[in-house]
Amino acid sequence: MSNIIGIGAAPRRKEDFRFLTGRGNYVADVKRADMTFGVFIRSPHGHAVIRGIGKAPALALPGVQAVLTGDDVAADGLGSLPCGWGIHGTDGLPMKEPPFPMLAQGKVRFVGDMVAFVVADTLEQAHAAAEAVVIDYDVLPSVVGVLEAVRPGAPQLFDDVPNNLCCDWELGDKAAVAIAFRKAAHIARLSLVNNRLIGNPMEPRAAIAEYNAGTGHYTLWSTSQFPHVVRFLMSALVLKIPEQKMRVVAPDVGGGFGVKQFHYGEEAVVTWAAKRVGRPVKWVADRSEGFVSDRHGRDHVTEAELALDQHGKFLALKVATLANMGGYLSTFGPNIPTNLYGPLLSGVYTTPAIYCNVKVVFTNTVPVDAYRGAGRPEATFVVERLVDVAAKEMGIDRVELRRRNMIPKESYPYQTPVLVEYDSGDPMGCLEGGLAAADVTGFPERKAASERAGKFRGLGFSTYVEACGLAPSRFAGRLGARGGLYESATVRVHPTGQVTVLIGTHNHGQGHETTFAQIVSEKLGVDFENVDIVFGDTDRVQFGMGTYGSRSLVVGGAALSKASDKVVVKGKKIAAHLLEASEQDIQFEAGIFSVAGTDRTKSFQEIAGAAYVPHNYPLEVLEPGLEEQAYYDPINFTYPGGCHIAEVEIEPETGVVTLERYTAVDDVGTVINPMIVEGQLHGGIVQGVGQALYENAVYDDVSGQLLSGSFMDYCMPRADHLPNMTIKTHSTLCTHTPMGVKGCGEVGTIGSPAAVINAVVDALSHLGIHHVDMPATPNRIWRLIQNAAMPRAAE
Amino acid sequence: MIISFTLNGRSRTVDIEPATLVADLLRETLHMTGTHVGCDTSQCGACVVLFNGEAVKSCTLLAPMLDGGTLTTIEGLSAPGGSNALHPMQQAFHQNHGLQCGFCTPGMVMTAVAMVGKNPAPTEADVRHGLEGNICRCTGYQNIVASVLAGAAAMNATGIGD
Repeated sequence: MSNIIGIGAAPRRKEDFRFLTGRGNYVADVKRADMTFGVFIRSPHGHAVIRGIGKAPALALPGVQAVLTGDDVAADGLGSLPCGWGIHGTDGLPMKEPPFPMLAQGKVRFVGDMVAFVVADTLEQAHAAAEAVVIDYDVLPSVVGVLEAVRPGAPQLFDDVPNNLCCDWELGDKAAVAIAFRKAAHIARLSLVNNRLIGNPMEPRAAIAEYNAGTGHYTLWSTSQFPHVVRFLMSALVLKIPEQKMRVVAPDVGGGFGVKQFHYGEEAVVTWAAKRVGRPVKWVADRSEGFVSDRHGRDHVTEAELALDQHGKFLALKVATLANMGGYLSTFGPNIPTNLYGPLLSGVYTTPAIYCNVKVVFTNTVPVDAYRGAGRPEATFVVERLVDVAAKEMGIDRVELRRRNMIPKESYPYQTPVLVEYDSGDPMGCLEGGLAAADVTGFPERKAASERAGKFRGLGFSTYVEACGLAPSRFAGRLGARGGLYESATVRVHPTGQVTVLIGTHNHGQGHETTFAQIVSEKLGVDFENVDIVFGDTDRVQFGMGTYGSRSLVVGGAALSKASDKVVVKGKKIAAHLLEASEQDIQFEAGIFSVAGTDRTKSFQEIAGAAYVPHNYPLEVLEPGLEEQAYYDPINFTYPGGCHIAEVEIEPETGVVTLERYTAVDDVGTVINPMIVEGQLHGGIVQGVGQALYENAVYDDVSGQLLSGSFMDYCMPRADHLPNMTIKTHSTLCTHTPMGVKGCGEVGTIGSPAAVINAVVDALSHLGIHHVDMPATPNRIWRLIQNAAMPRAAE
Repeated sequence: MIISFTLNGRSRTVDIEPATLVADLLRETLHMTGTHVGCDTSQCGACVVLFNGEAVKSCTLLAPMLDGGTLTTIEGLSAPGGSNALHPMQQAFHQNHGLQCGFCTPGMVMTAVAMVGKNPAPTEADVRHGLEGNICRCTGYQNIVASVLAGAAAMNATGIGD
C-alpha cells in the first residue's frame, strides 16, 4: 500500500527520533582521534592597543601545542574576514570597509575580540595556558552607542573611518516627501530605540578541524547555517587554500536564527591551527563566550515622521536611523539595516512617498548582523508604532486608520515607492481574520475586569508585511550583494525507486527533512518514508547558499520542485519506450506512468529499475540513471504578512507586564505542513515577545563591557512568561514561486514586537504615555507609571 | 577516584578526577552525548538527567556524588536493547511537535518525566512553572507544554512513572 504524504498534510517529523533519544550529532559531540583542544583569548577591553603578547610562559606549560596570534596570521599571509555586501552611500561612494582580521592585529575593538588561540592536549591545559599568556594592552576610551559614536570628539575605531561612519545610506524620493509634508494636515512623530538583541541559539557555536597531510584535504565541522558559503569564503579569501580540498560539515545544528549564518573567525582559526599543529583541533564556545562573540542583532536609534491628510490618509513617511554595526563588518552586516530595512517601510499601506536615511556606525561592541527577521522587524516596528501614534493624535480608531490606508487585495501586484513590488497579499483579510480570532469585541469586558482587579489592560495591533525568500540574485547584486542567492537540489532516485535528496539549504530545527520529503512524495508518488533529505556537507551536496531569510522552502523548495519535475520528464521518456507509446501520451500521477486512455502502466519503481538496468532502454537517445539537479534563482522576493494582535495586563504596583492573549493570522502562501508552520510561528512570535518584554543587550558606556553577558542578566523568555497563542493562516498564493509558497520562518518575529508594545502603550495611554521603548521591563514600566502619576513640578 | 553507580539500568565503575562534572563524565568519558550543555551558569536545563529519580542539572553535580546512586539519561529513557520504542513522554513530544532543533529536548524530556513523577496530573500552569528551569529558543514552549500534558496522561495510562 502506498503512503504518499504530500502538500498540506501534517506528518510527524522524520528528524524527531534521533533528537528524542539522545542520538543527535551536534558539532560538540564529534570526537576525532588524537584531537587537541583550543581556547580563544578574547579582549577584556572595549577598545585598546595591543602593545605586546608574551607567549613564552604559556608555551612552557605541559601539553601546549601552539599559541597563535594576529602576527602569525599576518606572517602566514592570510586574509581577513570578508563582508558579503558592499553598499554605497548618499555620496555615491562605497561604504568604509576596514579589514576584520581573524585574530586582532594591533588593536582590539570590542570586548570579546579574538586576540590569541591556545591549543593543548586537553581542554584544562589549554585553559591554563590561556591564563599564562601575557598581553600588554594600552586601554583606549570606548564608545558603544550610535548617538555618541558620531559626535565630534568620540573615540575613533579606525584611523580612516572619520566619525565612525561606515556609510550614510538613503532610499526613496526625498523631494517628493518634502512636498507631501508641506501639504500635511497632521504630522505624527516618534523617536524610538530598537534594542540590541543576542540570538542565543541553545547550542553554543563550535568548530573542529582536521588536516590530512597525505592528501592536503581539510575537514571542518562547524555549527553553520551555510557550510558551502563558509567553505567558499574561507578557502578563497581567508585561508587561501584550494576550494576542492576543503570540506565543511554542518551536522545537526542546535538552532541558528541568523547567528550561525556568518563566516566566523573561529572557523578559520581552528582550520588553520589544525594544519599548524598537525592534529585535529576542537573548540566549543562557552555560553559566556557566545554572548561576547555571536553576532548581535538590531540596535537602532530612529526618528520617524508620518504625514497624513485630514482624513487620515498617509501622504509620506520620513525615517532617519542610526544603525550600530559594532566593531567590524560581519558577513551580512551593512545589508541588514539598509536593504532589508528601507524597502519594508511601505508596510501594507499605500503611502505614496517614502524617504529613509540610515547612518551605519561603528562602535566598540560585538559586530551586529542578521538575527531572525533582520531589518524587517525594525522597519515594522517603526511603521506600526507610528500608525498607532498618528491614530491617537488624530482621534481615529487604530484599526480604522489601518483600513483606510491598506493596499486593497485587488491592487496586487503593488509597486511600493521603496524598490519592491509585492506580488500578492490580502492585508485586509488578515486584519479581519485577526479581529475575529482575537475576540476583539470582548476586549472592553476583559479590560473592565482587569480594572476591577486594579490592573491596566491593553490591546495592540500589528499589520505587517515582510520581504523574504532571499533572494533574486540580479536584484540583490544591484543592491550590493557580492554573491548569488539561488538554491540547488539534486533528486537522486535509486534503482529501488527510493529517493535521496541533496539540498543546499540547512536544517536546524525548521523540519525540512519532513517538509521536503512531503514535496518529493507528492511530486514523484514515492512513499514518504522512502525519501531522505541530505544537507550540511560540502562533500555530499552540490553548492548551495544555506538557510536564512526564510529562504529554504521558497528558494530551496523551488529547486527541489524543479528537480523533481525533471525526474518526471525523464521518467516519461523511459515509460514511453517501455510502454511503446509516444512520450506525449504518457501521463504521470501518484507514482504511476500510464498511456492516456489505456490500462497500460508502469510504476515509478519499475521506471527507476529500468533506468539503472537499461537492457530494454532507449540508450541511443537517453542516458541511463535517474538523477536530476536544479538550481533556482527567484525572480522576486516573497511577501508574507499578516495581522498580529497582543493583549497585555499591567500591574501598576510592580510594573510587570503579562502577555495575556496573542493572536496571529498570517499569509504565508501555500502551507506544506501546517503543524510545522504553526511551530515556526510560535517560536518566531516568542522571540519577538522576548524583544518587546524581556531581552536587552546592555553595554557599559565607559568601559565597553557587556553587562548582560549571561542567562542571569539577559532575560530569555521562559515557559511561564507566556500564554498559549492562537495561530491561523489566511493565505494568498505567491505568484512566482513554483508551489505558491512565501516562507514562514521570520514572520512571527517581524509582526510581534510592534503588536506587544502597541498593547503596552494602549494599557498606559490613560496616563498620557504615548511610547514605551523595548524591552518593557517592570522597572521601565513602573518608572513611567510613577512619573505620569506625579504632579508636574512648578516650572 | 573510582566510583560505581547504576547508569541507565547497568552498573558502571569509572575512574575519574574528583572535580569532574557529571555532564562532562557523560559526554567526554562515557561518550554519551545525548545530554547537552547549553550554558555555563546552570540556567538553561539542557543537561538535566535523573539522579535517584530527581531531575538534576548534570552541570552542577560532581561525579563523586554519583557513587552508589542511580542515574538515568535521555539514552536510557526509551526501551533498552536497540528497540525503537519510545517512552510515553518522548512519544508525546513527537506527536505534539514539542521539539525543533532538538538541543534542549533531552533536558526538557527528562524534566518532564520527573515532573510527572511528582505530580501525575499537572495543569498547564504547573507545567509552565515546572519548565521554568529549561530554556527553549525554538518552540515558544506552546507545543512543549502540550507535549508534557499529553505525556503525563500517557504515563498515567501506561503506569510508567508510578
